[in-house]
Amino acid sequence: MSAQSNGGSAVLERLPRPASGAPRPYQFPRFERTALPNGLKLVIAPIAKLPIATITILLDAGAVCDPPGRYGLAQLTAKLLLEGTTSGDGTAIIDRFERLGASIDAHADWDVASVNVTTLTDKLRDSFELLGEVMRAPAFADREVERLKNERLAELLQLRAEPRGLADEMFSRFLYESSSRYARSDGGDETSVRGLSREAVTAFYEKRYSPNGTTIIVAGDVQPGEVEKLAAEVLGDWRGKVPTPGSSSDEPARRERAVHIVSKSDAPQSELRIGHVGLPRRHPDYFSAVIMNAVLGGLFSSRINLNLREAHGYTYGASSYFDWRRQKGPWVVATAVASDVTHSAAVEVINEIERIRTAPISNDELTLATSYLDGVFPIRFETTSAIAAALTTLVVYDLPDDWYDVYRERVRAVTTGDVLIAAERHLHPETLQMVVVGNAAAVRERIEAMAFGPLRVYDVEGRPA
Amino acid sequence: MRIPIETFRLTNGLFVTFSEDHTAPIVAVNLWYHVGSANERDGRTGFAHLFEHMLFQGSADVGANEHFELIQRAGGTLNGSTWLDRTNYFETVPSNQLELVLWLEANRMGWLLPAMTQQKLDTQRDVVKNERRWSVDNQPYGTWWERLPALAFPEEHPFHHSLIGSMADLDAASLEDIKHFFATYYTPDNAVLSIAGDFDSVEARALITKYFGSIPPGRGKPPLADMTLPATFGGWKRVVVEDDVMLPRLFLAFRAPVFGSKQYYASSVCSAILGLRKGSRLYRRLVRDRQVAAEAQAFTYDLTKGADLFVIDVTARPSLAPEALEREVADEVDLLIRDGVTEEEVARAVALVQTEFVAAMQSAGDRAERLSLFATYFKNPELVNEQVEQYERVTVADVNAFARERLGEENRASLLFVPRHENAEEKTPSDEIAAGVGSVSQT
Repeated sequence: MSAQSNGGSAVLERLPRPASGAPRPYQFPRFERTALPNGLKLVIAPIAKLPIATITILLDAGAVCDPPGRYGLAQLTAKLLLEGTTSGDGTAIIDRFERLGASIDAHADWDVASVNVTTLTDKLRDSFELLGEVMRAPAFADREVERLKNERLAELLQLRAEPRGLADEMFSRFLYESSSRYARSDGGDETSVRGLSREAVTAFYEKRYSPNGTTIIVAGDVQPGEVEKLAAEVLGDWRGKVPTPGSSSDEPARRERAVHIVSKSDAPQSELRIGHVGLPRRHPDYFSAVIMNAVLGGLFSSRINLNLREAHGYTYGASSYFDWRRQKGPWVVATAVASDVTHSAAVEVINEIERIRTAPISNDELTLATSYLDGVFPIRFETTSAIAAALTTLVVYDLPDDWYDVYRERVRAVTTGDVLIAAERHLHPETLQMVVVGNAAAVRERIEAMAFGPLRVYDVEGRPA
Repeated sequence: MRIPIETFRLTNGLFVTFSEDHTAPIVAVNLWYHVGSANERDGRTGFAHLFEHMLFQGSADVGANEHFELIQRAGGTLNGSTWLDRTNYFETVPSNQLELVLWLEANRMGWLLPAMTQQKLDTQRDVVKNERRWSVDNQPYGTWWERLPALAFPEEHPFHHSLIGSMADLDAASLEDIKHFFATYYTPDNAVLSIAGDFDSVEARALITKYFGSIPPGRGKPPLADMTLPATFGGWKRVVVEDDVMLPRLFLAFRAPVFGSKQYYASSVCSAILGLRKGSRLYRRLVRDRQVAAEAQAFTYDLTKGADLFVIDVTARPSLAPEALEREVADEVDLLIRDGVTEEEVARAVALVQTEFVAAMQSAGDRAERLSLFATYFKNPELVNEQVEQYERVTVADVNAFARERLGEENRASLLFVPRHENAEEKTPSDEIAAGVGSVSQT
């Protein structure tokens, strides 16, 4: 349909900024919980929007479950699920999913392993049948074990030349005490990956992949009864041990400040990370900490981004975030700045951390953060995969079922006083760790002059240089 | 599935498209200006993108960065992006905030220049230089996205030069350039405004007329240099680049039929068969079976003028020598030309496209973006609803004909990244290839 409109007067009219109308109500999708007799849990959110659904299978088999020295085993096991079953090799499995038009992915993060499928709903049964096979009859063929190990080794090699990933990796390594699982990459390091075997994978699978430790989340245009029936058909007679939840030390490596420069001699920019060990996801100060972080570095209009990017032009972007985990993940400020202003950018970041701890934020800053998080809430859940991810958060962190119903109220209830308390309690300028991946010769002297803390220089593999 | 679409045009030329969907109280606004790096004059590479940054520096009634603040305070998400032939600005907000977004976009379309200052330009120039360092210079293989168009398009072609721009050209950009670019390209008759989601089309139409109706049309933009190109490169072009990387990576490009043409869909299906996801040929053969590659994918640029680019992108395993990488990839392409594809392979590609379309249509922002795309390039947003059918019509014979006509040796361009050798004494076979660094040769 096409038409001409007769709008438009001859005079160029500048109009004042309009007021907003009343928001329309929104409710996070309703969901049902149920379980099969073998202990397998189901969370089902029917969403009658488009003929599509996301299935997420969650297992208590994240990287924190890696046995000592076997770093990378949880990830390798999760990825091997898609590399062949006793009735078909990896090519056949992937091919069967993709011929349904379904996208599939399997991986392990710190807390859980997961398999995710998004499919048109007329292929829901086929997808479930394939998933059942993948979960229950993985082949773990030697050839595929070796291939995925080699792919991980190639990835680790690539990381040495990739400043962003390298900075994140090194930050964790310097942050946590060496006995913490968090001090090592979730996918494992070169030594640990080389030591992984089919036997280790099989033992890990038998111990941790079982209906008792598993939750299936389905979000989309589905009937809960139908989903329950499908799950019972393909996984109802699955049996296994009851896994014990894994855990890791989350203690810091040191209680005083330190600078760690990872030397890349011809880097045109410094990747900068400044932070410390943060909070566990289930923390009573969660909301005030989230708002505090939003004002400090979580939004485009946050203090750190406006300072480093818009006032100084030091960077394309700067942000801060809590890396939420069951245990204490990192809290970090991340940015990339030109070599010659690395120290100046670090000084500004530290000043902003000090400032938000010493004086209350303005009411304007508070309402920017709260009205953003309140207003953006429905926009976060437009797709079935986003809704499945939100339900994953509930399951992984064992949050109450009404979490998303009270979320916006709890955001709006945070005060400037709460933010100040959160900053005082949860930001620790005295234990900040600074990691710079960049040209050590160009940045070292001026960073030393900041007297931030003891400074050491390392090569790209983390060996003292 | 089809989405509802409504279209009209204001008397000043602003092209408007709507798609209503009331399942959630969300609305997306998406504004495309039909200008990109292709429109830059000599000595001003990167200007279209720098200009995009300046659009967030305020307008007559909006302060610097206030656009961001107002949208985020309203509970919305936003951004802008620059491409070879278009620049877009987009917001997704709670549906009661639609009028604010229209006011903001109209204010900068009508009254940008009063807010422009030398200081803002200087700061954004620094921000963009840092963006260049971050996304291109300090990233392994980061220069590929300026080297590949430079290799694939002749020097005088509008798609040849760098989109992010050179540091020297960024330095040369002036306030005078801003005024000129704004007057020439940021006019309602060179723009498409799309709205998708929870809104009332009668009200929205009145609001658009109210805020945009009085902005005068432009005086026309200068024509681009001739974009037409021969169907093939007429040979095999090769460039080898030494970079701070650990593994060789090959970009093998082919000239392909432009986006929107009938033949394009065969090209797109062929790229999915070769390199979309783990069930694709390159992944199965090179990553899984032969284990010579760490990663493998293929895609099309989706350009609508001159020629599209069909690109294969494969990263070697540490054990594979750079020169062997090109051979491994070329063998797979030759095999596809010789033996053709199967019904099953075409069906797999089409099934993935079908799911991807429904998944994308869940998001108001994606809907609005696609409306703008088809309205800008083809003046016909209804094409959004015809894409899946176009894919469903592609046959094995179409794909095989495309492969024979376009994937042969007379139509190839290799951009090969190889690890830099710190020590020139250590001669390895790869150094021989690397001897021709930065040069373009035709064989």
